[in-house]
Amino acid sequence: MSLPVYASTGQRIWHYAFRVICGLIFFFLIAPIVIIIPLSFNAQDFFTFSPEMLRLDPAGYSLKHYQDFFTNPDWQLPLWNSLAIAPVATLIAVSLGTLAAIGLSQSHVPFKSAIMAILISPMIVPLIISAAGMYFFYSRVGLQGTYWGVVLAHAVLGIPFVIITVTATLVGFDRSLTRAAASLGAGPVRTFFMVQMPLIMPGVVAGALFAFITSFDEVVVVLFLGAPGDKTLPWQMFTGLREQISPTILAAATVLVAISIALLITLEVLRRRSERLRGMSPT
Amino acid sequence: MAEGAMANDAFVVFDRVQKSYDGVTLVVKDLNLSLPKGEFLTMLGPSGSGKTTCLMMLAGFETATHGEIRLNGRNINTVPPHKRGIGMVFQNYALFPHMTVAENLAFPLEVRKLDKSVRDEKVKRALDMVQMGAFAGRRPSQLSGGQQQRIALARALVFEPELVLMDEPLGALDKQLREHMQFEITHLAHNLGITTVYVTHDQTEALTMSDRVAVFNDGRIQQLAPPSELYEAPVNSFVAQFIGENNRLMGTVTEITGETCVVRLDSGDIIDAKPVNVSKVGDRTQVSIRPERVETNKARLRPGVHTLKAEVTEFIYMGDIFRTRLKVAGHDDFVIKTRNAPDQIRHQPGQMIEIGWLPEDCRALDAP
Repeated sequence: MSLPVYASTGQRIWHYAFRVICGLIFFFLIAPIVIIIPLSFNAQDFFTFSPEMLRLDPAGYSLKHYQDFFTNPDWQLPLWNSLAIAPVATLIAVSLGTLAAIGLSQSHVPFKSAIMAILISPMIVPLIISAAGMYFFYSRVGLQGTYWGVVLAHAVLGIPFVIITVTATLVGFDRSLTRAAASLGAGPVRTFFMVQMPLIMPGVVAGALFAFITSFDEVVVVLFLGAPGDKTLPWQMFTGLREQISPTILAAATVLVAISIALLITLEVLRRRSERLRGMSPT
Repeated sequence: MAEGAMANDAFVVFDRVQKSYDGVTLVVKDLNLSLPKGEFLTMLGPSGSGKTTCLMMLAGFETATHGEIRLNGRNINTVPPHKRGIGMVFQNYALFPHMTVAENLAFPLEVRKLDKSVRDEKVKRALDMVQMGAFAGRRPSQLSGGQQQRIALARALVFEPELVLMDEPLGALDKQLREHMQFEITHLAHNLGITTVYVTHDQTEALTMSDRVAVFNDGRIQQLAPPSELYEAPVNSFVAQFIGENNRLMGTVTEITGETCVVRLDSGDIIDAKPVNVSKVGDRTQVSIRPERVETNKARLRPGVHTLKAEVTEFIYMGDIFRTRLKVAGHDDFVIKTRNAPDQIRHQPGQMIEIGWLPEDCRALDAP
């Protein structure tokens, strides 16, 4: 966007001011995340840049916090717990959320907006309230302090994301495709897996990503529902920050950022691929 | 064909079918229709006339509120769409965008659990049939509208259904391609001996493609007849007006003698007509006459017939024909069409002429 030759002084000032504002916004968004990356390579056990680091002296840097993260059982147990909880919670959230979105996109379903509001509510209600509610309810049914309790609670938190993203892709879905599949002899189940599912995949994958991330950095619910043996990565980071300020937290954070970026890139690649497949589908 | 014979070898039957979406208004009112095997039937009508609803009921995507739909003697009211074995071509083609052309065609065959070798053979044959053999590996988005349309047709035929339904399949194509595809579809349907139900709102399409045409309006079949009969002998004023161009004059019957009657127009002029929907002297009627059946050369008229005075208001040269607009009996939208022959008179605006017709070409229909 270059400045047209006839721009007035006011427009010129705004043109540059606008760029400065955008730059500041990006800075505030990204700086806190970026700053942890060099700090995680700190050779000292502090959260600050040492004089050696500022001089870019190799002696100031080390991988010892990463070593700690990948070998210390205090970190390994939460890492594996998180990896055991998040995928299962995601799977449940995606299955239920996708089905709910498809059901709610049918024209004959009564009270659609009310049902939608209820299903979305975990995203709206303050997390601490959901967590407290779940705590009392899950205690009654014996799920409190169990692996499945945490998985179910995280699935509930992930479902709204899946519903929203899948509903968005269903808006552009041509219903005559399912009719065509039926006329060609495919039953409802086959039609779903062979025709509808591949076409709403971008929404499903996006929803799955959000559900996964939600579970992966959720700390409030797991504090209420988790048994000490189910300690997850965010929980460990949270207690770690309070009890022993170790830069291993920074190494853990950097690993999490790397995972998030990898997931986002995967998602974007998948989205582009399916966009290409959908092509200029006739409307 | 006699009614009885038709009922016996009827392949598709609508028996007193009614459809209502809201339980109050009937979209389809008492539909009775039967098709013999191999017939190409077109459902023609304005939008909202119930023709698409009928097609959707036959395909199984809508259920009849009352009545019975039979396919090959079997009541299919409760058979789900995927078990009916009916091929269908959709208005927007409905090709699966994530599959290649060959995968689209193989889909119904995979569903039917055919062997891969049989599948490939059938897909190839179907693609060759629509001259699209070279496009097997493309995706639908890489094809033009006409090509997509051919693939949709091939996909509806590849599993060899006995009945194929088409829902305005040519609506999105340009005129030239549409005419070409009309020819190709009728040709294919007749060669393969498939029974076809075709829905359109384009009357030219209906006339050129069909064995019989069912004209729909207001949830009822107004007339079910072969194209020539529909055009030349419409049974009511809706059909006369909907099919082709038509001149309408309002009047009252003053005399009926067997196959002819005399009508006094509202302007006071007297004309001859063929009584179709009028039964007695004094009935109100709308007479209908095709523009090309109006005669301007008095020498060619039968002696003794009534003629009307007309004033030429406009002469339009259209190449193969001339279209002349006349002011007749108080109406200024009376149109006649004459062939561009060497001896044809080109009327000038303002000229007074005399027009007439054979009584059998002028049909006295119901007054709407």
